[in-house]
Amino acid sequence: MSAEFEPRIVAFCCNWCAYAGADLAGVSRLQYPPNIRVIRVMCSGRISPDFILKAFQLGADGVLISG
Amino acid sequence: MSDQIRIGVFVCDCGSNIAGYVDVKALAEYAKTLPNVVYVKENLYTCSESGINEIKAAIREQSLNRVVVASCTPRTHEPLFRGTCEEAGLNPYLFEMVNIRDQCSWVHMQERESGTNKAKDLIRMGVAKAALLEPQESIKSEMDPNALVMGGGISGMTAALALANRGYQVYLVEKQAQLGGLLLQLDTLGPSGVDAAAFAASQAELVRNHPRIRLMTSTQVKDISGYIGHFKVTTASDGKEEQFGVGVVIVATGAQILKPHGLFGYDGERVITQLELEARFKRGTFSAGNVVMIQCAGARIEERKYCSRICCMVALKNAIQIKETHPGTGVRVLYRDIQAYGTENEEMYRRARELGVIFINYDVNVPPKVHGEKVTVTHQLLGRELDLPADLVVLSTPLIAGEDNEAISKLLRVSLDENKFFLEGHVKLKPLDFATDGVYLCGNAHYPATVREAISQALGAASRASIPLAKGVMTVEPIVSTLVDEDACRGCGLCVALCPYGALEIVRTEKGRKVRVIPVACKGCGVCAATCYQHALSINSYTDRQIAEQISACLESSG
Repeated sequence: MSAEFEPRIVAFCCNWCAYAGADLAGVSRLQYPPNIRVIRVMCSGRISPDFILKAFQLGADGVLISG
Repeated sequence: MSDQIRIGVFVCDCGSNIAGYVDVKALAEYAKTLPNVVYVKENLYTCSESGINEIKAAIREQSLNRVVVASCTPRTHEPLFRGTCEEAGLNPYLFEMVNIRDQCSWVHMQERESGTNKAKDLIRMGVAKAALLEPQESIKSEMDPNALVMGGGISGMTAALALANRGYQVYLVEKQAQLGGLLLQLDTLGPSGVDAAAFAASQAELVRNHPRIRLMTSTQVKDISGYIGHFKVTTASDGKEEQFGVGVVIVATGAQILKPHGLFGYDGERVITQLELEARFKRGTFSAGNVVMIQCAGARIEERKYCSRICCMVALKNAIQIKETHPGTGVRVLYRDIQAYGTENEEMYRRARELGVIFINYDVNVPPKVHGEKVTVTHQLLGRELDLPADLVVLSTPLIAGEDNEAISKLLRVSLDENKFFLEGHVKLKPLDFATDGVYLCGNAHYPATVREAISQALGAASRASIPLAKGVMTVEPIVSTLVDEDACRGCGLCVALCPYGALEIVRTEKGRKVRVIPVACKGCGVCAATCYQHALSINSYTDRQIAEQISACLESSG
């Protein structure tokens, strides 16, 4: 085990709200930990449970669905 | 061009916006190591003319068949780069954008190393998806040039006339026998004092005589199917059904008046509504020594929280009329807040006071009480009860949502608000459109409005509706649902039930019941694809495989 636990988080963001919000965080220069990777979708309704299970299966420590 | 995937990756410095916080050189070097990547270029500004030209040149010279730009956000720059690809002869949907500025360099400004690693991951994810992208063609569909206007009140008549005068065929459907809606019950219209019935009659005359308006009174809309450009409408009148096609629909179905049964001793005789007062004006049977009007009767209370907006102005108008025709009659208005916005309405308020109308504020927790020949109210400033003489009590009741609203909302797949009024697509950006394309709203169907506001909204809705009609052809982005595996589809209809846009239907085919996508109606949300347990449906550019590949690429540890 490495000294510090760094979680890997997969985020699914709706293009029309959460993805825009993540952009706004950037425009506002809000700083947050670099542990998250955003996958853009056209609606959080696109997220099938398969995607969430797949992410966990491949070792994600967290899955965030925002929309 | 060979079948081999050839990806070009363009990494943008964005001046110092990206290059100042992550190691762009390392990103470019890293991109070269990714599968299918044959060309990598770092640009000072990829979106500048020189950056664009470098993309175009690389597409030609390097025979690129996929382009990835790692820069700002696709929400602003994806259309530009898609256009660039198209100009260079590459299908614009073979382009993928990676957000390493707004969602990386700008939010990890103090963490150069981990920010750079994150950007590498994002580029790897984008490249993985790009390899699976497929070309798409934009979708075109002809518009039916006819319009349906539901409701023959002042909003519906105004909208129908506006569209018909532009040359479109309009079907105006009114469930009552007569045109005019609520106007028929009003006496005069404030602040101008125009005779409401005469005004309604003159508009109705224009509607009846218009060669492009097909007027259908005593008629109900039974069914509407389809989507923008191709709605199929079924109406029923006297048990006779009729079908016709339209390209757009305007909802102008109005509202209804709350009958205040059980409120303030309402009996329709001595305690009446403002509307019943106007009926007495019209018949010339009004007479009273002392009138007390009670505002917000049945509005802004626990069970009906909203303000009906127009009742204060109705009360002002009627109070003025009483004072002008019966100067000896006392008029007292018991109110919570006076809503008299705009210069002319504010002027009515001033005029009413000038004529001797007395306004007394009451607290919702201590409402006025009507008993016998008087009304008791607790005066907020005096702090004690006042007994007011009243041989006539007039209740200002709110407009409430139309009784058919829920049925219509299901027919058209449009939303209602918490009070069952129709809900616009966006409060500021789409105030007269529904979220569903090709369906518009105006007047009291949306929210209580004055006649003047209803007319403005109707003209606006007709104008909005004429945009697709004038274009004649709809062009839609091909990021839509597609039936990728017809054999897998069992025709269960789960996706049809869940589609918020009415973009799916079940059809009978040689292979049995199958879903059919109506691409022009689809918004590409992907609810259907996520729902389909057979994986028969997919979304172009957001397929199961593409997203799965992004997830896999994300969780590979970077170099």
